[in-house]
Amino acid sequence: MINRFLEKISGKWIFLIVVTTIYIFLLIFNFHSFERVLIQFFKLIWTILPIFVLVFCLMFLSNLFLDSKKIIKYTGKSAGLKGWIISIIAGILSSGPIYMWYPLLSELKDKGMKDAFITTFLYNRAVKIPLLPMIIYYFGITFTIILTFYMILFSVINGLIVHKFLNLKKP
Amino acid sequence: MDLKNTKKALFGTVRNFKQILPIILGVIMLVSLFLVLIPNSFYTTIFTGNKIVDPLMGATVGSISSGNPLISYILGGELLDQGVSLIAVTAFILSWVTVGIIQLPAESLMLGRRFALTRNVISFISSIIVAFLTVFTLSLI
Repeated sequence: MINRFLEKISGKWIFLIVVTTIYIFLLIFNFHSFERVLIQFFKLIWTILPIFVLVFCLMFLSNLFLDSKKIIKYTGKSAGLKGWIISIIAGILSSGPIYMWYPLLSELKDKGMKDAFITTFLYNRAVKIPLLPMIIYYFGITFTIILTFYMILFSVINGLIVHKFLNLKKP
Repeated sequence: MDLKNTKKALFGTVRNFKQILPIILGVIMLVSLFLVLIPNSFYTTIFTGNKIVDPLMGATVGSISSGNPLISYILGGELLDQGVSLIAVTAFILSWVTVGIIQLPAESLMLGRRFALTRNVISFISSIIVAFLTVFTLSLI
């Protein structure tokens, strides 16, 4: 019975059901923590709402103006240096939680964006321009410059490694 | 740009958003749980002073943590004050942003399981390498 039910629903719903079950357990066994978690949940929703709207607009614009040909040209297998630069800059400029960018990246991937560039984009999210004053305050300017340099360098190295791994032929 | 194409793009975006909504909702619920149930004091108890184990611990804890990177800087600053090595703290703040264990189910569902696993493992390893390289370069200046 449960197996048949699980076959019918997709992974995304199973994931949501599992997390909701944890919330129900918390509600039953520790109401105080449940209350705090719920407040945190709504705070988080409120915080990411602008990013949610931004990602929606970007997805809409990409649907409107970017077809597979353009995506492949700029971020596809033969994009070359252009693709690396685009994914580095886009990664640095993107803000908000990482999971908010998965839908847009998933769409771009379907249209032909290379895995290596998605990896580079996601790694460069570690370079946070608005938070630079904070990291300088805690760790110093020299440390920040060196770390930023290595993060950008390794975003490309990681992209190449992930691409290599994903394209390994099975023996 | 005509009205027909605009409508088509808009409906396509709404449809895609509807599909990913359960995943996004699940991740936000999971992150909220984590932020409330794991107190900041937890981070100070896991470092032992071992030069090899601490960077590994830093990267591991950073990977399973979630939230604004600002929190990782503040925690990192506190950890440094308590004598935790700069390499461990750097691995911690780096993996906080680049590795996402809590978001892994969402990343797998939307970008593919093989991609998500490979990317997170590579990011985890590179957070330790970058931490070593950064501190080594810093010591040369």
